[in-house]
Amino acid sequence: MSDGTGTTWTCYDAATMTAREIYGRVLAEMGKTNPKIVGLSADLAKSTSIAFFEKAHADRFFNVGIAEQNLMGVAAGMAKMGLIPFASTFAVFASMRAAEQVRTDICYQNLPVKIIATHGGISFGAAGTTHHCTEDIAIMRSFANMTVIVPADGTETANAVRACVDIPGPVYIRIGRGFEPPYYDSEDYGFKIGKAHTVRDGSDLAVITCGIGVLQSVEAARTLEEADGLSVRVVNMHTVKPLDRDAIMKAVLDTRRIITVEEHNVLSGLGSAVADVIAESGKGCAFRKLGLPDTYSEVGYPEDLYAHYKLDANGIVDTIREVMKIEFEEDEDWEDEV
Amino acid sequence: MALSKEERQKLYAQARQLRKDIVDVTSWAGGAHIGGGLSVVDILTILYFKYLNIDPTNPCWEDRDRLVLSKGHAAVAYVPVLARRGFFSIEEMKTFNKFKSPFGMHPDSCKVTGCDASTGSLGHGLSMAVGMALGARVLGKDLKVYCILGDGECNEGSVWEALMAAAHYKLTNLVTIIDRNRLMIDGPTETVMGVEPLADKLKAFGMDVVPVNGHDMDALSEGIEKALGAKEKPIVILANTVKGKGIDFMEDQVPWHYGSVDAALKEKAHASIEKMYEAILKGVMA
Ligand SMILES: Cc1ncc(C[n+]2csc(CCOP(=O)(O)OP(=O)(O)O)c2C)c(N)n1
Repeated sequence: MSDGTGTTWTCYDAATMTAREIYGRVLAEMGKTNPKIVGLSADLAKSTSIAFFEKAHADRFFNVGIAEQNLMGVAAGMAKMGLIPFASTFAVFASMRAAEQVRTDICYQNLPVKIIATHGGISFGAAGTTHHCTEDIAIMRSFANMTVIVPADGTETANAVRACVDIPGPVYIRIGRGFEPPYYDSEDYGFKIGKAHTVRDGSDLAVITCGIGVLQSVEAARTLEEADGLSVRVVNMHTVKPLDRDAIMKAVLDTRRIITVEEHNVLSGLGSAVADVIAESGKGCAFRKLGLPDTYSEVGYPEDLYAHYKLDANGIVDTIREVMKIEFEEDEDWEDEV
Repeated sequence: MALSKEERQKLYAQARQLRKDIVDVTSWAGGAHIGGGLSVVDILTILYFKYLNIDPTNPCWEDRDRLVLSKGHAAVAYVPVLARRGFFSIEEMKTFNKFKSPFGMHPDSCKVTGCDASTGSLGHGLSMAVGMALGARVLGKDLKVYCILGDGECNEGSVWEALMAAAHYKLTNLVTIIDRNRLMIDGPTETVMGVEPLADKLKAFGMDVVPVNGHDMDALSEGIEKALGAKEKPIVILANTVKGKGIDFMEDQVPWHYGSVDAALKEKAHASIEKMYEAILKGVMA
């Protein structure tokens, strides 16, 4: 919990935050070797850090003003001309204000527009529901052709931004506000779109997560190893679509206890995607989805909100302990069932 | 009717207090949209302390006038205005931005007493205001609906859809006010995405336009009275303002769209506000 005294940054250093900053710098660097990359924003160039690209390649950057529908339509048009547009705004506006432009102009025409949506989830804490976004994973994964990535931190964002250029169609990359503590300390861990990264092995239970859930779940796993002697696997499912079904089924078969952790409404996000895979497999297992309940979120500093919605390490520990209590009947044939 | 001397004095005194409140809330909240709060506060002051037909003891009174703050990020000004008008105590604003507070960066009509619409996503407010004005007509209620927009906000296509409807339905019970402070987040409006010639565009959409100095209570009063007397076309008051008005180091400064103030800055800000009002007292009030 915060001590309630508030953030200490002023407007002068608000532009120097990690995940977004890294993304902006990586994109600026990519622009040097790839002349097809263009940048777009809707009066949030500084706030989303795509301003780093703007600074390096002013002739290839377009600020359409506060007009998100136009942002996505213009990006679609540029992609039609053979360019690779990166469009950046807050997740709530990218996924909802401009939802139909994203679906019909970009996804339907399978255009290589890369949407970098910042301030996802409840990372914008005190800005409240108008600026929270706990619906975008559900919306974006329901658009055919769309690839949906929720990186764990700034380092993984850099990997995702580099890799998404090679995908021929649209990509939605959802990041937070930039204050989130990093998990990865190096970019070299074999990031691949569509391939989950098991960041910690374990045999008693598996946490399948994305975004801020990765670091928090690893911390929870460490705590449970020390306190309860539990062996908890943590799977970073950074690509929510297409989903790494093999990693999910391996976790089910190895542990038979799964929880999903995501900064999103528990309806229709990562947890629901994972549940579909498990249900279709016919392999029953203990299962819980951890995320925001189906209500509009409270106002508060992000750390207070994460604690409240049990999305921090403590909350994950509690949920894992509950799921460990679920008893199974012995079933010799379980592994062979369809 | 022109403002009486007492009214003028009361309004400026109220705005002076509110500017200081805005600084205090910004410091309690750990940061706020202070620039756009200071540009719109005189507009809010004259509406809440002279024109709006409302009753803080009966906030849900069905026949009350409605106000939609479409530039919802100016909650840092709006919430203190509602508090000073008697909807809740100033003390309560100390919870601003804190966990489970009713007051966040953007106003939530389900939590903030006296707030008629939840806003914060730009470009929504005028459509809701058009709906309220039409609703009042359907119900035969003789009330007014006020809507305040940012100038950057006018980039949103939905604003123009709402204007088109306001003119089409001849909503003379709707008063639209644009806080023309000429700045948005990424820079000046005319650099980022030009809105000029704004008055001509508004007129072409079927509105009558009244330009005023948005910090001058007499000018604002004159503009509002004109709008209230609209017979055929609804009126847009184009309020020319200064972002950060009243705090010298924030005035017309792009980075002060959003910022926080520590103890030292707070003191400087208060001093600057006092200085401005001393000059006003000598001029306007003499
Ligand atoms: C739909 C939408 N897009 C983007 C934002 C982020 N945003 C908040 S304030 C702002 C700038 C607003 O400029 P303006 O309307 O001129 O307001 P002011 O300068 O008076 O604060 C932006 C882009 C938002 N709140 N809503």
